[in-house]
Amino acid sequence: MLILAGGISHERDVSLKSGRRVADALLDAGCRVEIREPDGELIGHLLATRPDVVWSTLHGAVGEDGSLQDLLELAQIPFVGSKAHGARLAWNKPVAKILLAEHGAMTPRSITLPSSSFKELNAESVLAMAATELGYPLIVKPAKSGSAQGVTKVENAKDLAKAMVDAYAYCDQVMIEDFVDGTELAISVVDLGTGPIALPAVEIVPERGSFGYNERYTPGETNYFVPARLRESELAEAAEVAVKAHKALGLRHLSRIDLIVDKNGTPWFLEANVTPGMTETSLLPQAMTADGNSLADSYLQLVQAASRG
Amino acid sequence: MSETRLGQATNFDSWKHAYAKRAENLAVSEVRALFSVVSRPEVVSLAGGMPDVSAMDNDLIRTAFDSLMSSRPQYALQYGGGQGDLRLREQIQEIMELEGVHGSVEDLMITTGSQHALELLSDLFLDQGDVVLVESPSYVGAVGIFRHKEAHIEHVFTDADGISPVAVAEAADRLIADGKRVKLLYLVPNFANPSGVTLSESRRDELIKVCAERGILIIEDNPYGQLYFDKQPPRALRAREAEGVVYLGSFSKILSPGLRVGYVLAPPAIREKLVLANESAVLSPATFAQMLISEYLSICDWKAQIASYRNLYREKRDAAFSALEQYLPKVATTRPEGGFFLWLTLPQGLNSKEMLPLAVTELVAYTPGTAFFGDGRGKENIRVCFSHPTSERVKIGIQRLSNVINRQIDLIDTFGVQQ
Repeated sequence: MLILAGGISHERDVSLKSGRRVADALLDAGCRVEIREPDGELIGHLLATRPDVVWSTLHGAVGEDGSLQDLLELAQIPFVGSKAHGARLAWNKPVAKILLAEHGAMTPRSITLPSSSFKELNAESVLAMAATELGYPLIVKPAKSGSAQGVTKVENAKDLAKAMVDAYAYCDQVMIEDFVDGTELAISVVDLGTGPIALPAVEIVPERGSFGYNERYTPGETNYFVPARLRESELAEAAEVAVKAHKALGLRHLSRIDLIVDKNGTPWFLEANVTPGMTETSLLPQAMTADGNSLADSYLQLVQAASRG
Repeated sequence: MSETRLGQATNFDSWKHAYAKRAENLAVSEVRALFSVVSRPEVVSLAGGMPDVSAMDNDLIRTAFDSLMSSRPQYALQYGGGQGDLRLREQIQEIMELEGVHGSVEDLMITTGSQHALELLSDLFLDQGDVVLVESPSYVGAVGIFRHKEAHIEHVFTDADGISPVAVAEAADRLIADGKRVKLLYLVPNFANPSGVTLSESRRDELIKVCAERGILIIEDNPYGQLYFDKQPPRALRAREAEGVVYLGSFSKILSPGLRVGYVLAPPAIREKLVLANESAVLSPATFAQMLISEYLSICDWKAQIASYRNLYREKRDAAFSALEQYLPKVATTRPEGGFFLWLTLPQGLNSKEMLPLAVTELVAYTPGTAFFGDGRGKENIRVCFSHPTSERVKIGIQRLSNVINRQIDLIDTFGVQQ
């Protein structure tokens, strides 16, 4: 097993932690594991050693935008996770939302703009129109990023421009999205070759404020309920949307679908993650162990699925 | 209607209810996470205040190691005394004398880096709400300790001549009048971290007087004093006043931070308590590291080694100045005559902390100014550490920093944001 972790991205720290946790579990499962950073020698190393299976916990562009997956496919090295095509679709949040909407899922209204368009069109009038159409509160987030970095819930006009600047620091495309009030869920989807199955939904309740970076990675800062405290019918509907997202985007092996279930019980698709965090406080490992399964067994099954192709 | 299912709650911290209140300040931060990229070779780090240990002659350390292991291994590998190795303390006397500081080996204690001395002193003196006066800006490691002790951190006006004694007096009097207990003044008088400024000769005596009149103990932290480029800084405060000054020194900048050996020279009564506190915390400072340093000092020409560092860091500082002039002519900088750091002031409206994600993209790292204040100030500042990268990499780093700054200016102009 070769686990790829680290890299140069805003989420490097998360990636390193995830990689070590995955390695721990696979060592428990009896695998021989090597953890490696991507660097100039990676390709040569891959071709020379030809690992049985690669598991990438790399976050950010190289790990999630399909580039790495393309290379692994080209080299015909089996790997855990989505192929390049699916990764590309999921990595681009606005594209994933459009696809899901076409498949009948509800997703908050949004617009996505590169910074250059603001220069051309006059930022003030663009923001004013977006805010008028979508209404406050709004969510401003980088169109391609993770771990809630650069994400702001904007309550009023005076904070909107600053939220845009913060988001553009992470990505050249920023999405302004309608805020949906409700229960925040993460539903992990696993496919071991017999079709995607939604794992128990994890309900996210931060101690205070929103589910930002600190709330995600500081133990004690967020309460998680597994399964989520929703009606069976609501959970079933949310799980259906998660599986639909996994299929519609052409994802493979594992994914984490983030949703909000509103007060009427309607699940709203927010985004799909092909390289979900695997740290000690991450959502996918929680879902995997919710039914009493060990991470070692669960991860080993994913490796075996990858090995089968 | 179906039933609501009650899930099992977890927050991944079974002991959240049990932590001391002061532990609330200990949380992961996004800024810290962004710093994770500095270990990648592609990234030019102007962030960490690290010496260039590659300039150290490893053969000297190897020789010291061999000498120690052949002559005194039974001591080097054993527990030591809480006050530290006597021979090393005698040698430290000689080092301190370079700064004009004369002190008894009895009043010297070895610590695990001078950071540990600061921790022990803070533990001895600071109750919740007690005031520590510090420079503006102040050393991030000190701010962290004082914050953890739940002290009131009062930043005092500081300019190119260092912290202002007049402002110290005013701040102390105001806080005392408010019923606060002003206990300590903490400062790095020579080539300060992070500003690079040096406390002027005239202010040193005045500062001692102001503090003595108000019963404020001075903690003089002097890791950079010997790393002057042209002219030695004025005599240490401890060289002028023994009872009112606790003096901290370190081998981290003149030898190796990996050895984690620092020292504290304190008035006898304070030193007595420090030794007890040190024994309580660590039993004894690392014997092996102390004796290795002692051996190094006894067999090597350490003064020549320090002199070579002066030349090395002067060259790097000059590279930084030259790159700033070329790429960031509108950014103001301090003009340090020694040490590791430049303190930059950005054009109005920029926020150094919020630019950090752009810096990751541009493959450069720096420390935002807010890290050096306990009160949220410093948004418009950046600390640049020029000591660790090569001169060429310092220049590249500053060029990349200019890209970051220009991109942020562009965004702010586009959105008309007032920071």
